[in-house]
Amino acid sequence: MNVESNIDVKEAIELINKYPNDKRYTLAILQDVQKEFGFIPSEIMGFISEYLNLPLSDIYSIATFYKALSLKAKGKNIIKVCNGTACHIRGSNKLIEVLTEILNISPGETTEDGLFSIEIVNCLGACALAPVMVINGKYYGSMTNEKAKTIIDEYKGASANEQ
Amino acid sequence: MNNESENRKKILVCCGTGCIANNSYEVYLKFKEKLKNTQISVEPLIKATGCNGLCEKGPVVKIMPDEISYFKVSAEDVDEIVEKTIINGETIEKLLYFDSNEKKRIKSHKDASFYKHQHKIALRNIGEIDPLSIEDYTEREGYEALKKVLFQMKPNEVIKEIEMSELRGRGGAGFPTGNKWRTCSRYDNFPKYVVCNGDEGDPGAFMDRSVMEGDPNTVIEGMVICGYAIDSHRGFLYIRDEYELARKNMQLAIDNARKNGYLGNNILNSGFSFDLEIIRGGGAFVCGESSALMASIEGNVGEPRAKYIRSVEKGLWNQPTVLNNVETWANIPPIILHGSDWFKSIGIEKNSGTKVFSLVGKVKNTGLVEVPMGTKLSTLVFDIGGGIIKDRPFKAVQTGGPSGGCIPKEYLDISLDFDSLNNIGSMMGSGGVIVMDDTTCMVDLARYYMEFLSEESCGKCTTCREGISTMLKILTNITEGKGELDDLDLLMQLGETITEASLCGLGKTAPNPVLTTIQYFKNEYIDHIINKKCTAGVCKNLTSYYIEKDICIGCGLCKRKCPADAIQGNSKEPHIINMEKCIKCGTCYSICPTGAIMIGGK
Repeated sequence: MNVESNIDVKEAIELINKYPNDKRYTLAILQDVQKEFGFIPSEIMGFISEYLNLPLSDIYSIATFYKALSLKAKGKNIIKVCNGTACHIRGSNKLIEVLTEILNISPGETTEDGLFSIEIVNCLGACALAPVMVINGKYYGSMTNEKAKTIIDEYKGASANEQ
Repeated sequence: MNNESENRKKILVCCGTGCIANNSYEVYLKFKEKLKNTQISVEPLIKATGCNGLCEKGPVVKIMPDEISYFKVSAEDVDEIVEKTIINGETIEKLLYFDSNEKKRIKSHKDASFYKHQHKIALRNIGEIDPLSIEDYTEREGYEALKKVLFQMKPNEVIKEIEMSELRGRGGAGFPTGNKWRTCSRYDNFPKYVVCNGDEGDPGAFMDRSVMEGDPNTVIEGMVICGYAIDSHRGFLYIRDEYELARKNMQLAIDNARKNGYLGNNILNSGFSFDLEIIRGGGAFVCGESSALMASIEGNVGEPRAKYIRSVEKGLWNQPTVLNNVETWANIPPIILHGSDWFKSIGIEKNSGTKVFSLVGKVKNTGLVEVPMGTKLSTLVFDIGGGIIKDRPFKAVQTGGPSGGCIPKEYLDISLDFDSLNNIGSMMGSGGVIVMDDTTCMVDLARYYMEFLSEESCGKCTTCREGISTMLKILTNITEGKGELDDLDLLMQLGETITEASLCGLGKTAPNPVLTTIQYFKNEYIDHIINKKCTAGVCKNLTSYYIEKDICIGCGLCKRKCPADAIQGNSKEPHIINMEKCIKCGTCYSICPTGAIMIGGK
């Protein structure tokens, strides 16, 4: 099997082996893989299929059914913009437009430098603070266009400093 | 606990998701640090609590036993609070809650209009206790109901009590909980399972998140009681992928409950064993549907199945299963402890107890609200919610999320209960109440829900999969000015077909937002189709802005804020908008201090 160079196969197998060999752990294993690698590499789906003794098509259908899982690599900073109803009627569309403009990518895409991905999610449960976005787990409430610009600049600055 | 410690001042810092987003954890840490370095004779106790409900005004800090509540507290305020309030007992005026109904600042949150009308059962401990401390929970009657059940009641009596309370499932459909337990208890097919639906997918609702984060033990207690009643020894909590803090707090509470003998083998030496496991959801709306949720736990794709056989008979792994939602579980311990008569004395006939609503959208006080069933919608929006932001006109509310419908202002007096809401084409759902004003476009709202549902439809039934995406196409056309009058009939027909021919509850109710907006706001659709105008100013293709020169005072605010430099005019003279440059962002409309910006058609 062809393995992509940036994937640590040993690590992936260790991750899979932590779970009992039972079908009901498919989603949990895939979530761990997603967390570790930022996406579900196709090779690893093969390993999971062998380990759980399930057809690869089953693993693939679960990996593509749930929103938490992605077959494509995501950026270093994942911006989740809430488009739940409360956020929607308080202008989350405008927030999405601004982010699209600043980063020059559409929702679901990743910037060329691999720094940012924009995702649209359907309610983060922080409706009282609408419109809301979350970057790497940190919540930003009552968003405005200006605030979005400042926050993105901060993240850009932080990555520039790291390099 | 001795008297001295009971008189001790307590500082409760809300650390729910909403307040944490407003940096409440920094406030909490600052308090801890400050108190360590300050010599105070009465040593205060500090706790990080769950959500207080009034998230928008967060971070919320409560000082007990003085009952002082401070809102929008920042780390810089900590010094002042410790010096003035904790040491000297003074109140800091500027941090108090401003009640927009009473037009004054209020010392204790309990006196604020937002809380005054509320009656807390499911949310009784939230904001009062440290969710991770099992002692905090037991101090407030926690696990007393479990003890009562294990040592004083037979399983049949437990079910009887729940039946008599007439508690109905808080997850949406309102099915009688006692019935469910009773039917499941009759099957002699083991093992049986108890499941908690914590996959709160309805956008705009967050009460389940709040309960799991702020009072996880009540969910555990409710589930163990059910396990005892139906003779099950194993339960699962299915929690949404997005709710990280809820999962963390639930897991810690489960571990702690096990350590303290409330969960696991031989609970409290009663001989009864029951254990729980958390399942992390995968982020699919359809998994909030019970049969899809069970499929997901089993490791399958989360698709619903036809329910010719109910899950109380054949549910998880084809075994008898009771599934209830988080809020329902939170109601179980108080019912057992205080009795079904007490519970039935709250609310109205056939709709006993309370319901938690998440009051969000264009309303002044947004947050979680628990009121007796039968409370009027107007009480919720105006007395508790404080009315519409900027006192704009009220237009409608959407209840029940994507499965519910909109309710226009003619029905402001409607009683909030399962049956009344069903009667007017909406539904209770999980309790999301989204308030809309004149700047919300109802066609866009319907389009929004269809977009949501077309993405979330699992694709199993053709009517739901293809029907919803066709409705979305038609609605998108209307919002872009390409609609025709016949579209309305087509939408209605599609809606009926989807309702008739889809398998699960989510598919069957999917057309509701479209059907109810057509029913109550047909004029708005016609405005879009015939006059090519969106009066709410939401649909860009059908909106233009102009300045009413008699109202404009020439303050220049819009000119400065316009991102496209499209506004011209001299100071103190009426300004004008250059339509060539205008990007229709609506900034001028929302900031104009005199309301001089008007919305025109295409």
